[in-house]
Amino acid sequence: MKKKYFTVLLILFSTNTFAQQGISGIHGNFQTDVQQYKADSSIGAPEVPEEVLANSFLNLVYSSGNFSAGIRYESFLNALQGFDKRYKGNGFSFRYASYTNDDLEITAGNFYDQFGYGLIFRSYNEWGLGYDNAMDGVRLKYNPYKGINVKGFIGKQRSFFDYGPGIVRGADGEINLNESFSSFSGKKTKLILGGSFISKFQSDEDPVLILPENVSAYSGRINLSRGGFNIGSEFAYKINDPSTVNNLIYKDGHALYITTSYTQKGFGATLSAKRIDNMNFRSDRTAVTTNLSLNFLPAISKSQTYRLATLYPYATQPNGEMGGQAELFYKFKSGSKLGGTYGTEISINASRINSIDKVSTGDEYGYESDFFKPGDETYFQDINVELSKKFNKKFKLILTYINQVYNIDVVQGLVGHGTVYDNIGSAEINYNLTNKKSLRVELQGLFTKQDKKDWAMALVEYNISPHWFFAVFDEYNFGNENKDLRIHYYSATMGYLKNVTRISVSYGKQREGLLCVGGVCRQVPASNGFALSVSSSF
Amino acid sequence: MQLCKLNITAFSYFFPINYYFSAPKNKHQMKNNIISFIALTALTLSAVGQDKKANTLPSVKVKSLDGSSVTTDAFSNDGKPIIINFWATWCKPCIHELNTIADVYKEWQKETGVKLIALSVDDARTMNSVAPFVNGKGWEYEVYLDPNGDLKRAMNVNMVPHTFLLNGKKEIVYQHTSFSPGDEENLFEKVKKVATGQPLN
Repeated sequence: MKKKYFTVLLILFSTNTFAQQGISGIHGNFQTDVQQYKADSSIGAPEVPEEVLANSFLNLVYSSGNFSAGIRYESFLNALQGFDKRYKGNGFSFRYASYTNDDLEITAGNFYDQFGYGLIFRSYNEWGLGYDNAMDGVRLKYNPYKGINVKGFIGKQRSFFDYGPGIVRGADGEINLNESFSSFSGKKTKLILGGSFISKFQSDEDPVLILPENVSAYSGRINLSRGGFNIGSEFAYKINDPSTVNNLIYKDGHALYITTSYTQKGFGATLSAKRIDNMNFRSDRTAVTTNLSLNFLPAISKSQTYRLATLYPYATQPNGEMGGQAELFYKFKSGSKLGGTYGTEISINASRINSIDKVSTGDEYGYESDFFKPGDETYFQDINVELSKKFNKKFKLILTYINQVYNIDVVQGLVGHGTVYDNIGSAEINYNLTNKKSLRVELQGLFTKQDKKDWAMALVEYNISPHWFFAVFDEYNFGNENKDLRIHYYSATMGYLKNVTRISVSYGKQREGLLCVGGVCRQVPASNGFALSVSSSF
Repeated sequence: MQLCKLNITAFSYFFPINYYFSAPKNKHQMKNNIISFIALTALTLSAVGQDKKANTLPSVKVKSLDGSSVTTDAFSNDGKPIIINFWATWCKPCIHELNTIADVYKEWQKETGVKLIALSVDDARTMNSVAPFVNGKGWEYEVYLDPNGDLKRAMNVNMVPHTFLLNGKKEIVYQHTSFSPGDEENLFEKVKKVATGQPLN
């Protein structure tokens, strides 16, 4: 065994001494977020005994030619409010070594990866959400023939500063027919096919139930394109996998995701549909929230960025949902009547997500479901219209209208909050004072008869390129029925930037809410105090 | 259990490890291996320590808009500068930056031959909207997808937008994060210097 180890290392180093491509030497990145907390009963900010909390990480990577090794140090002293408290203390949470030799890539240690759209496997890291389901094990990627890529791995999954109890095995293959077969090579139609397999092992320690110890999931995918037309789809199937999230039912699961698009210069449109049925898939059947997730079920609704539009964010319901989305992007050409000098851009997006039809079977399988029949309950619906127009070199305006239907009880797992119907209007003004100095103003209003009623928001940002920015922000729940809760959440921020280093300091109140990235969310409690954030790379 | 075995069989079928790394045949060879390993390690480390080579674009697989796998080695601009911009359809400052550059891109290209590669970090949720989005903006950039952040991690990108400038030899000569109006002029000053072979301070 030792002999093999040295031979491997020898090959690694002998080849890479002469290879100079890529980032060589030591490199990495760093981020620290520090927040001071003052108890503030008016906004529901709790008393934090530590008074100051901080999350930080440092990635340190050594690369030379085809060889790369890295570690990540993480520090939660203690974890910021809203992060899982199991992130506690300091430690090296990530370390790996990898080597690439033309067709073969070997990774030992931690890695992130994704099969297809991620319906049965996606391992990734979203620092701002405290989401990290990194694998720890061995992964091989191999390119045996042009247009063919295969990969396989075996490993355990990260759970905070520990590992989940399950062992995960996976394999994925993809073939690009136009690259692999000469008879396809000149064709306008391009076809890519792929298939994935995941199997997880977790021993059954349940005193009553006989639980499957090896749970496997399969998926197949296709991507077909011709000119501006593209269709991509993945279908996934999972055998019975009783878990805490699905209430220990023995039903199998599946997921279907289809997306089509057509685009040409100045125009683009997409149409997507998906159906999810019992697809919660984790390497530990007792895990909840975002811990130890094996798959990623993309939400098919717009990723909102304006502050008030993120008040009611949608997240995929893994136990079952069915929905569709349509998008349209169009640019009125410059010189045309509506385009003016610089052109006018319009985008329209609409999506709707419902429950799936479930008929209870009253046995261990839980329910039966007609594949093509949507359920009666609406989880989410939105219509977004955005107009973007540059009037001259100094002035640009973006107007947005959003209409949302949001089922709080289902999406946030609460009881008695019902469904919110809201209208949101937003104006963003970009104004360049000089070549280096600019103003950005955002004005938003959210109007609803439900939940906390109406909100308004204003932001003024002053930028001095390339180093400085200053911002003042106020969010005001002016429509709240309880007059004592008509609170201004104000804050002020200033920051300094130099190349890849960014330092920002802010002071103020922040409302409680959901912070979401890519359909994965974190509940952030209300806070009041100073915050410091530093990020850099080297 | 059955499935587990099946899976492991598949591993050895796809990756015949012994084919790549055959064990040394005798003790003598083993000793040589250790010596050469130490020597080469020292050599590698000293090479890194003494003469730090300029960093170039790491070789990582990304996806083109038609779904094909593309290695970043294939990024090329015939010896002229390349701007690599990490962005996402949900990132307002990114869109502001790419829109601002789009208005002057033709002039930049005429003057310096620079090419901008827009690398979207949109994940499975939004990656299929990238091509329609780009055309809806009328952008003329070359666009690729990095849906699980492989290139983003390899280049130590913390957040988007993050812009890299490569010279004709594809060496990374400048990078910056975030965007405020005016940053594009600063970037173009550097592009002009790189295009004419002048050093950057």
